[in-house]
Amino acid sequence: MNGVVTPYLTLAAILFCIGLYGALSKKSGVIVLLSIELMLNAVNLNLIAFAKLGAQPALTGHIFSLFTITVAAAEAAVGVAILIALYRNRGTGDVEDMNSMKH
Amino acid sequence: MFSGLGGFLSDGHNWWFLLFAIGAIGGAIYMINFTKVVHMVLSVAFTFISLAGLYVLLEAEFVGFVQILIYAGAISILMIFGIMMTNHRGEEASKKRPVYHVLLTIGSLGLFFILFYAIQNTSFPPGTFEAGEDNTLEIGKLLYSQHVIAFEIMSVLLTVAFIGAIVIAKREED
Repeated sequence: MNGVVTPYLTLAAILFCIGLYGALSKKSGVIVLLSIELMLNAVNLNLIAFAKLGAQPALTGHIFSLFTITVAAAEAAVGVAILIALYRNRGTGDVEDMNSMKH
Repeated sequence: MFSGLGGFLSDGHNWWFLLFAIGAIGGAIYMINFTKVVHMVLSVAFTFISLAGLYVLLEAEFVGFVQILIYAGAISILMIFGIMMTNHRGEEASKKRPVYHVLLTIGSLGLFFILFYAIQNTSFPPGTFEAGEDNTLEIGKLLYSQHVIAFEIMSVLLTVAFIGAIVIAKREED
């Protein structure tokens, strides 16, 4: 398996689909954020795998995945802050109750 | 199909890959199946640590340890703080929309099989990796030469995002 990128891509596809299912099916807002982090991690695994085993291996994949990790950390912080503010004002943490802009 | 299995299992690299892959997928599956929210966060932390092991296996040591620091450390603790401050009762209610969940399952599995088909039917030409001697040094050189503007913009983004998070989450009546 040394030198073959296919198992890593398959693992990343499995993790991405599990994250997609979790993000769209869970009720708790924190778990939806965690599922989004799981999808971003699957993309990171693709970047790292291609950085070593791709057609033109380079360290740029590592740098791009570091930028992705940074943006994901900022997104998680802002998401948790929005959930806390919403819980303080509406008294709920469920995403199904967050529908005041829907109707 | 299984003719290459003996050669596959005789390589130690493949055993590590199998261990970390089973850990990552198992943590994600348990995240879907657990009922208490704190258990979900802990199983996702297990997935993040397994992914860090995969990064080390791919000779990306710096990114692997950053993964452990940021994801398994910071983001898991942040999510646990979020759970504690929003007072979850802990159990998921019964599913009220069966049609939505059936369609969601079909969609997720369909996306996976499309991706799997595309991955299996594409030939990836192998390359040679030469910059594996001192990863951290090389990443630092690249960050401060080619990607320095993106790096500085990233620091501004982090500052703005965290100040914004504090402003959103603080009490307004004080």
